[in-house]
Amino acid sequence: MNAALTIPAVVPLLPELVLGLGAMALLMVGVYAGERAVRFIDGASIALLLLAGLIVLALPAGKLVTFGDSFVVDGFARFLKILAILGSAAAIAMSIDYAKHEGPQRFEHSVLVVLSTLGMLMLISAADLIALYLGLELMSLPLYVVAASQRSSLRSTEAGLKYFVLGALSSGMLLYGASLVYGFTGTVNFAGIAQSAAAAGPGLIFGLVFLFAGFCFKVSAVPFHMWTPDVYEGAPTPVTAFFAAAPKVAGMAMFVRVAVAAFPGITAQWREILVFVSIASMLLGAFAAIGQRNFKRLMAYSSIGHMGFALIGLAAGTSDGVQGVLVYMAIYLTMTLGVFAVILSMRRSEGMVESIDQLAGLARTHPTMAFFLAMLLFSMAGVPPLAGFFAKFYVFLAAIHAGLYALAVIGVLASVVGAYYYLAIVKIMYFDEPAEGFAAMPYELKVVLAVCGLFNILFFLYPGPLVGVASAAAHSLF
Amino acid sequence: MILHAIFFYLFAGVCVASAVMVIAARNPVHSVLFLILAFVNAAGLFVLMGAEFLAMILIVVYVGAVAVLFLFVVMMLDVDFVELRQGFLNYLPIGAVVGAALLAELLIVVGAWAIGPGVAKAITAPIPAAGEVSNTQALGLVLYTRYVYFFEAAGVILLVAMIGAIVLTLHHKPDVKRQNIAAQLARRRSTAIEVVKVKSGQGLP
Repeated sequence: MNAALTIPAVVPLLPELVLGLGAMALLMVGVYAGERAVRFIDGASIALLLLAGLIVLALPAGKLVTFGDSFVVDGFARFLKILAILGSAAAIAMSIDYAKHEGPQRFEHSVLVVLSTLGMLMLISAADLIALYLGLELMSLPLYVVAASQRSSLRSTEAGLKYFVLGALSSGMLLYGASLVYGFTGTVNFAGIAQSAAAAGPGLIFGLVFLFAGFCFKVSAVPFHMWTPDVYEGAPTPVTAFFAAAPKVAGMAMFVRVAVAAFPGITAQWREILVFVSIASMLLGAFAAIGQRNFKRLMAYSSIGHMGFALIGLAAGTSDGVQGVLVYMAIYLTMTLGVFAVILSMRRSEGMVESIDQLAGLARTHPTMAFFLAMLLFSMAGVPPLAGFFAKFYVFLAAIHAGLYALAVIGVLASVVGAYYYLAIVKIMYFDEPAEGFAAMPYELKVVLAVCGLFNILFFLYPGPLVGVASAAAHSLF
Repeated sequence: MILHAIFFYLFAGVCVASAVMVIAARNPVHSVLFLILAFVNAAGLFVLMGAEFLAMILIVVYVGAVAVLFLFVVMMLDVDFVELRQGFLNYLPIGAVVGAALLAELLIVVGAWAIGPGVAKAITAPIPAAGEVSNTQALGLVLYTRYVYFFEAAGVILLVAMIGAIVLTLHHKPDVKRQNIAAQLARRRSTAIEVVKVKSGQGLP
């Protein structure tokens, strides 16, 4: 009885505690100060996120485990937590200018983003199924709310409702899978599941399939991608920028950790699922995006494709593969945030525009913006020597080392098809007759675009640190 | 023991019968009331098994909160259930196929079910003898220590749900007249009534 009464160590949980308590404090500030405090709360939320990031870096080195093995901080968790925090902080920064133009912003927006980030951190550190589910729900619930936050817009409320209903369905599938896994292994802990996974029969595979279905929904991989284009298009643009960045990182973290830490004995079984999901996502991302004229919808299909590429690394199931996934997610984050910085500055006097035809002649009206966007799009297409090339290079390399030649070949072909629509945008910007110019870009968007653009352009000069850290992070899982 | 068996069959029988009535009743309000009956009988079954804490939680949470919420929704939203059921026959074949597939899967899964060899080692807290502590106390001992992380995380999720409900539904309308009780009470005779001398035949200016 005494063993149960000792209080677990809380030091590994420090970043989450800071975010949770900080979010509640900001909520109180917002409730008492009202709309006057919106500016302050936006700034304070970004500061809070960066503080949590610094604490993640300052935690004692090595693998920290607490709360009866349900919460783990290792190199893998640290790497992805930093990515998720940066993605969320950038998303809040990018929402500031939008709120000035598109009606009164509510202080709850930043608080909800911080709470969602708290859920992501818990999800990334989750080492058992209960912690995973709680983290997932804490991440998703604020997303449903911010998707529907423009109450007067039919599209926004539709996006929120659609996301909520389908998200609830996927949570149900995930829970069903978790209960099957628990029933067949007798434990919810990943290490315990790994021990008894080899002996368990087809029931465990059933559970695994349902778990993976839930994960695929969260990272919007085919065949659970249907919600993505509608939600991306309908949600307010800064919210879409947030959706496309940080939650994808956390979702991929959960996918990788469960596959590698809980089911290492039955790699052959889940590899088949991942190979199918990965091929289907890459092909759909490549072909379905061709006909899109709405930039946000196009980014939705592009992100489906990117998730397919990232899952190649996981399908390899090796340390190299996980390293590839980590590098891919880091570079994907910068590419996506950079492109959304441009989408958020597509503003004329009459309001926001979203069609890619509105970018006509951007090279003459806004040469710098056009240059960075072109570089980011080349990077997304995987043109060397930009960062996106290295992202794809590492996952393809891992797939070939694991003997998945067909997967790697289909991946390369899909990226060639995908290059078409990225290049089509570049063509519109550089060779079409100029349309009316956009309003001046606010400075936070300039910062995000410049940082992301320069990262993608200059990555090849000095790829060592990111690749090295990702490699160490991947090794911490095996 | 015979009494135990009688109560078991009573609770189980009423529970199954009312569960059938939930989907068979024409009036949605009756459905919700049958749902409450099913919950109460399930709670009785829990008591028979010695899980009195679960039984009380079932009554408090499901009957006290969830079922009443259902009742509110059913009564406030004018849902035409007859219209909802119109497609029933059209969708019956595909529904039956999906149901049969799920049933087959469940049979396969249950047929292959065996308790894993490591399960006995995975028990987190020793199960105390029923006479030693009540199961409310036994749950409390692990809930606030070993599972405190899950407990607090669930609390944060509920906080988000509250924030979300307020963000999505609370409207601030500046030009709505609201009752201001303090202002009403602060009124004196001097501010409310004015005595005007009116000459007869002239009226007020």
